[in-house]
Amino acid sequence: MRNALLAISLLIVFASLLYVAINPGDFGAATGEHLVFGEPKYSDMDDYFIHNGQNQTGANNIVTSIVFDYRGFDTLGEASVLFTAVLGTGVALRLLRRDRK
Amino acid sequence: MMSKIVRTQASFLYTLILIFGFYIVAHGHLTPGGGFQGGAVIATGIALIVVAYKFENIKGWVKKSMLTTAESIGLLAFIITGISGIGVSFFYNWLANSGLLFGRVVHYGINPGYINTAGTLPIMNLAVGIEVLGGLGVIIMYFLHYAKEVK
Repeated sequence: MRNALLAISLLIVFASLLYVAINPGDFGAATGEHLVFGEPKYSDMDDYFIHNGQNQTGANNIVTSIVFDYRGFDTLGEASVLFTAVLGTGVALRLLRRDRK
Repeated sequence: MMSKIVRTQASFLYTLILIFGFYIVAHGHLTPGGGFQGGAVIATGIALIVVAYKFENIKGWVKKSMLTTAESIGLLAFIITGISGIGVSFFYNWLANSGLLFGRVVHYGINPGYINTAGTLPIMNLAVGIEVLGGLGVIIMYFLHYAKEVK
């Protein structure tokens, strides 16, 4: 019974996602703007990175220049997350061993 | 411990995986990839060597203390590189286009990809690569070390 419900709800979610993917519709109809899925109306930030990233950071790889330079603080958080994950793993497994003894 | 064929292949592939991983880390500012991806590739090499040989047999070879030290040093180097540009702002890329180390001037457009560019980005890539290889390696070590005791 539970599995059947799970399967039905998954099917509904899948069908709605499929419907949106096939028939994107008109997102900006409420505000009067014509927006199409996959064609963003505002791309100022992308254009800025693409046209100035190479001059400002000197890196050919724009993704790296964003990840490590424009949004370096974000990467610091990611690195700290990994550090915390290792710390948590070590502490949890050490506690596990103490319980066994 | 696996059979001799597996062990021979693993010790051969270990070198290639390490070279490939450090290539990805070193060329993070030129080609797709970077510190996180390269570090994960190197950690794969460590996992391969741990699986092929038994955990007990590589204790003197791949040390856990070495990996934890690498992780701490990587994170510290990353933060220090970020702080080094504090004169303007945190994470300011003061080495780029300066003519110093990694300071070759780059203009907008197609170029063959010089490794001596991008200022602090290669340094940060290396720091994050060291950190990720230490972190993922030490997670593998922890799991394999304690898996037997729980069983």
